Amino acid sequence: MRLKNILADLSVYGRSFARSREGLFFTFVFPIVLIAIFGAIFSGNGGSSVPLYVQNMDGNSPAALQLLAGLNSTHLVNIRFIPSGANITRYVSENSITAALVIPSTFGQSIASGAPVSLPYYNNPTVSSSQIAGQAIGIVVQQINLNLSNAHNTIYVRSYADSVVAQGYVDFLIPGLIGFTILTTPMFSVTFIVSNYKKDKIFRQLSLTPLTRGEWLFSKFLWYIIVSVLSAALMIGVGVLLFDAHVRINLYLAPLLLIGVFMFVSLGTFAGAVAKTEEGAAVIGNIITFPMMFLSGTFFPISIMPAWLQTVAHFLPLYYVIDGLNAVMVYTNYTSAMIDMLISLTISVAFFILAMLAFSWKEA
Amino acid sequence: MSEAVVSVSGLRKYYGNTRAVDGIELEVRKGEVFSLLGPNGAGKTTTIEMLEGLRKPDEGSIEILGLNPWKDATSMRRRVGIIPQDFNFIQRITPAEAIRYFATLFKAPDRSEELLELVDMRNMEKTYFMHLSGGQKQKLGLCLALVNNPELLFLDEPTTGLDPQARRNMWEVIRKLKSEGKTILLTTHYLEEAEVLSDRVGIIDQGKMIAGGTPQDIISKHGSGKALYVSGNDEIARKVRSATGLRCTVEGRNISVEISNNTEIARVLDIVRSSGVELETLQLREETLEDVFLKMVGKVED
Ligand SMILES: Nc1ncnc2c1ncn2[C@@H]1O[C@H](COP(=O)(O)OP(=O)(O)O)[C@@H](O)[C@H]1O
Ligand SMILES: [Mg+2]
Repeated sequence: MRLKNILADLSVYGRSFARSREGLFFTFVFPIVLIAIFGAIFSGNGGSSVPLYVQNMDGNSPAALQLLAGLNSTHLVNIRFIPSGANITRYVSENSITAALVIPSTFGQSIASGAPVSLPYYNNPTVSSSQIAGQAIGIVVQQINLNLSNAHNTIYVRSYADSVVAQGYVDFLIPGLIGFTILTTPMFSVTFIVSNYKKDKIFRQLSLTPLTRGEWLFSKFLWYIIVSVLSAALMIGVGVLLFDAHVRINLYLAPLLLIGVFMFVSLGTFAGAVAKTEEGAAVIGNIITFPMMFLSGTFFPISIMPAWLQTVAHFLPLYYVIDGLNAVMVYTNYTSAMIDMLISLTISVAFFILAMLAFSWKEA
Repeated sequence: MSEAVVSVSGLRKYYGNTRAVDGIELEVRKGEVFSLLGPNGAGKTTTIEMLEGLRKPDEGSIEILGLNPWKDATSMRRRVGIIPQDFNFIQRITPAEAIRYFATLFKAPDRSEELLELVDMRNMEKTYFMHLSGGQKQKLGLCLALVNNPELLFLDEPTTGLDPQARRNMWEVIRKLKSEGKTILLTTHYLEEAEVLSDRVGIIDQGKMIAGGTPQDIISKHGSGKALYVSGNDEIARKVRSATGLRCTVEGRNISVEISNNTEIARVLDIVRSSGVELETLQLREETLEDVFLKMVGKVED
């Protein structure tokens, strides 16, 4: 590997990439368009009431029903239910819920006997919808306490402010879309370039120079790292400034970006190298890319998908990159991020070996 | 006689049942232009790519500047320049950028201006490769081949697909390079090109070298020398053949008779006159390389 060769190739490749409008559009403009579209679709509250998630562990007890009816009658909240079997903290964080109330299984009994009972309320006090839901709960609980006319308050609300940085859908969209560009930019362009250079015999031309195939590939890694960092910065910037996104940015993002680019430049090289024609390369590239594009947690958290699709997602390499990005940017859970990095790195190395085996500049 | 920079013997390459190259002997001397001439599919590209170290020979030996092109590919390519067949390059790159890129890779000085001047493309400095004409692309290919200042050039069909003007431009550049002392091995299926450019020609057909030498050598060895070209038709041609035993072909409203001495001219003219055809055409032609090529290969590309 000679740095001079790598830089010479990087400069030529970078220019030719930057001169292609399609490449620039799909790398820099398209993801922003997606933020705008998906942000608008999912983050709107659709009216004056805010969502309040309720996990009712007390079934149909009269007291629980009375509480729910009270909340409904405030017209401040729009009640949605969390399955009683779900792990509440995980459910809340995975679904970016900012207001969740738990009705414990002892609720009805306690009211009947006058024993104190507390209602856990998971919320994010910095979000206005969380505050509105909190007010609604406060009003209803106070009303019930008064009606019970005990000497002391029977019902307490215990507030759990979450550790999640995210405050809305757009916050999950940003790591997802960073993963999306790490996937699509190299997959579409490297797959095409490798098959096109093969067809146009540009690799044969390059093989006549001292440039090696390893140097060529290394220059592609560098280029897509540059592109991905720029594109991620742009998305974070637009997300924070225009869509009021809240994401954590720190050095843990760097290895995730590097590994993600390494993974998909290798996979793109492999796909382009095994394809016989440019059209074949496009088909192979699409077959690999499309399922991953939608099912790896790019546009929505995978927890809202049916269980079997979630299982499928765990077989998609991009899932681990996006899961890692979410762990850093949204959940600030660095142990989980490290595990994702290790898994992604292993997959990347496998893809790299496959690519080097399939990618040849020589003809027989 | 000057030293051989390319020597090839017993070269073979088979693809399944296709004998792409079937026992070729070849020697190119320092400073000469040598053309491998042959129809499409004759085996020219397969041959030249084995010389360039791009393909591995099945059999035979190749020595280029004293090196084995397959084993010493890297060191050989520092000293030779190559334009592959159907030269193509990165689409959105200007000629100057492409030349500088190669210069860096070869650790050669940046001669982009000088090289673009040589091929008369100074005004194309800022045009992307994809917008160059076929002739300009090919000339850029030549510039890239010249970046490392090679002593030997391999040009595979350098003018195929170019219009006549662009082709003549290319010929001029090739002559300039020859005058600078470079040795050039090119392939072509254009007879005229081989005839006007080369010191020596090798005619290849079906993987075999069927004739070789200077165009004059080939004509005198494989041709009959002269041809009489007179008005005539099928019937007259038949009469000429049966009366004289000479080879005679019909070409439009004329016939062409291969003659070996001048007394045959009178005999042919007698036959034509006695058939009552008016003698509109009467020419005595030296046979060209084209006539020989047609006879040997039986076809010629447009
Ligand atoms: N890679 C290959 N695989 C199979 N057959 C080939 C291959 N390359 C060339 N051939 C065959 O070898 C013969 C010679 O081809 P080529 O050297 O390209 O001829 P030319 O350059 O004179 O047109 C042709 O019949 C061609 O079809
Ligand atoms: Mg050819």
